[in-house]
Amino acid sequence: MTVTDRPAQAPTRRLNTSKAMVEAIAAEMEANPEVFYLGEDVGAYGGIFSSTTGLLDRFGPQRVLDTPISETGFIGLAIGAATEGMRPIVELMFADFMGVCLDQIYNHMAKIHFESGGNVKVPMVLTTAVGGGYSDGAQHSQCLWGTFAHLPGMKVVAPATPADAKGLMTAAIRDDSPVVYMFHKGVMGLPWMVKNPRSIDVVPAGEHVVEIGKARVAREGSDVTIVTISLSVHHALDVAEQLSNEGISAEVIDLRSLVPLDRDAICASVAKTGRLVVVDEDYLSFGMSAEVVASVTDRDPSLFKAPPVRVAVPDIPIPYARPLEYAALPRQDRIEEAVRKALR
Amino acid sequence: MSDLEDAATAERAASGEPDAVHHHETVVGTPAARAGASRPEHEVPLRAEGVLTDGGPDTVRFLDAEGNRLQTDEANAPYAKIVEDMTPDDAQRLYRDLVLVRRIDAEGHALQRQGELGLWPSLLGQEAAQVGAGRAMRKQDYAFPGYREHGVAWCRDVPPENLLGMFRGVNHGGWDSNSHNFHLYTIVIGNQMLHATGYAMGIQRDGDVGTGDPERDAAVMAFTGDGGTAQGDYNEALVFASVANAPLVFFVQNNQWAISEPNYKQFRIPPYQRARGFGFPGVRVDGNDVLAVYAVTKAALDAARDGQGPTLIEAFTYRMGAHTTSDDPTKYRSAAEVDIWREKDPIKRMRGFMETKGYADATFFDQIDQEADELAARIRVACQQMPNPELPTMFDDIYVEPHPVIEAERTEFVAYHASFEQEGAQS
Repeated sequence: MTVTDRPAQAPTRRLNTSKAMVEAIAAEMEANPEVFYLGEDVGAYGGIFSSTTGLLDRFGPQRVLDTPISETGFIGLAIGAATEGMRPIVELMFADFMGVCLDQIYNHMAKIHFESGGNVKVPMVLTTAVGGGYSDGAQHSQCLWGTFAHLPGMKVVAPATPADAKGLMTAAIRDDSPVVYMFHKGVMGLPWMVKNPRSIDVVPAGEHVVEIGKARVAREGSDVTIVTISLSVHHALDVAEQLSNEGISAEVIDLRSLVPLDRDAICASVAKTGRLVVVDEDYLSFGMSAEVVASVTDRDPSLFKAPPVRVAVPDIPIPYARPLEYAALPRQDRIEEAVRKALR
Repeated sequence: MSDLEDAATAERAASGEPDAVHHHETVVGTPAARAGASRPEHEVPLRAEGVLTDGGPDTVRFLDAEGNRLQTDEANAPYAKIVEDMTPDDAQRLYRDLVLVRRIDAEGHALQRQGELGLWPSLLGQEAAQVGAGRAMRKQDYAFPGYREHGVAWCRDVPPENLLGMFRGVNHGGWDSNSHNFHLYTIVIGNQMLHATGYAMGIQRDGDVGTGDPERDAAVMAFTGDGGTAQGDYNEALVFASVANAPLVFFVQNNQWAISEPNYKQFRIPPYQRARGFGFPGVRVDGNDVLAVYAVTKAALDAARDGQGPTLIEAFTYRMGAHTTSDDPTKYRSAAEVDIWREKDPIKRMRGFMETKGYADATFFDQIDQEADELAARIRVACQQMPNPELPTMFDDIYVEPHPVIEAERTEFVAYHASFEQEGAQS
């Protein structure tokens, strides 16, 4: 295919998730001089998972800051700048690194508004890469969104699609509360990583905002509800498509955000199907999967026609060995089995 | 016991001085001197600062213990003009601040002992450090305190009732930071140094540095103590402030103790000397000399607002009371040490200076004492009358916008408590 074979204007514009995310950041930086980005390798490198590609060239080093390796330092700086009226986006290279800077995140970023009696806002976005599936070991493969979501004072979003990556980022930057924006490496559509074909998809041009706290019905169905988030949405859709050949109609709910959790959407779907599978790439115990189940049982346990089934990472560090890692992650085979169990 | 403690103990024993009056700092030799030393190489040469409780020759000081104006020397010369330009009115205002701040602190301590407050961290002995620093700030400057900065709070017009209310637990932050340019107290040590640095970098990006407009140019003050200097956050803040040339003054109140740990367990080089290693000047000031603190801080803030970057000020002072009302300092330090520092009392020195200079008469000092009595009575009553907050308010302000999950939990919580009230009414 040559260039001249292309239509003059594509009817729909398809981007990978990282480009969609960067598009939102750039648009907000263009519109608002208070918005800036800082983190490790976010300048010339463009973010090790392409979260900031091109931003340095466009906005310069005053607004795209490469920082020393001191997560406590630059997250603390972002908090201070946010209290001053800036709207920083600060990147924690891996969510796994929360351990070195958690005090700044949950004791300060998340609590200053509360402790100030509502007088001091901390309008910042903490972006961070999550997820496994590419043999990066136990300290670089975790999702940990359940941990962030457990701690009050910050919103937690995790987009699955390019369009949501843009829309949730726009909403996060504009939000006056701190928002943790967790992008799964496997949804970014990076050329060097195994990727789901859905990680390149249609993205609305121009302003696109996705309200934080509203789940999305990724696929409608009537027999069973699969509630999940981030990369697992794609896995769940794979399973739903395959099972439709057997006449099984699975509904897939993409939560999009853990905080606020859209409990209404969960209950509405389970009210329809009576069966629930929760898929979570975070650890099984004390996490999102239990919270989703409790969202239903708290409201009306009689909605369940069968016990809910959870598919998550067992309570083990993510293995480095590829076969072990794939077995631990909630991939298509385990999701399919869980759906069949829920339907028994 | 570590090598360091061993060495310090040996040094103390050798000097024949009682342990408690030592202020434990180190003079670091050169590698050559170390190589020539007879000690095994793993033992770092160490010399305790001994009975040096005056901060040493680098210390900027204008008043002696009786309030006599000291001669100009190498350390205080750069700041002498600022002090000479101060009027009797300026002196009276500083003195009033010192006395009222001490009285607020005493009242806070007493209210805690009477069960009216959960906790009170006393600033007794550090009034001059805080008032000198606080009064050097301009309205548009911003301060990030630790948790003992009641004197700075006073200078930023935070009503003392608000401080008491916070320690009573009737509210959270206690004051609107942005209307006083005085951030929240924080109990986590040192974290606020980074917030201050980020804030200062925001001021840079707003273009409010080095314009020459005294109403516009702004700087930030970051307060911590000697214990805070060991924190990673503190050191990271110094790195960032330096490379950003941020309009920032780090103000370390070296009160000699981090709860029960003497400062030789926090550092071997005094904080003011470490600033140079980060790439900006450090200065040690007598923290019990309000004139010296004011002058040094004013110079540092002027430089910061002008775009000349950060300064670290180490106010060499002493925590006369406990760390907070929750500990007993007699368990870890001697009365002899406290007595030495009582002689350096900041209020006594300032009063001596004013009397010598004829800046105020007995009537003035009596008036200030009376004002302090009235202030104490007012805030005591106000504190005792503060109502407890309504329970559902604990669901307030967690997010800026209403949050459906939190609101649902609030509704459930309210209903739960209401159910008890109904049962009580029926029985």
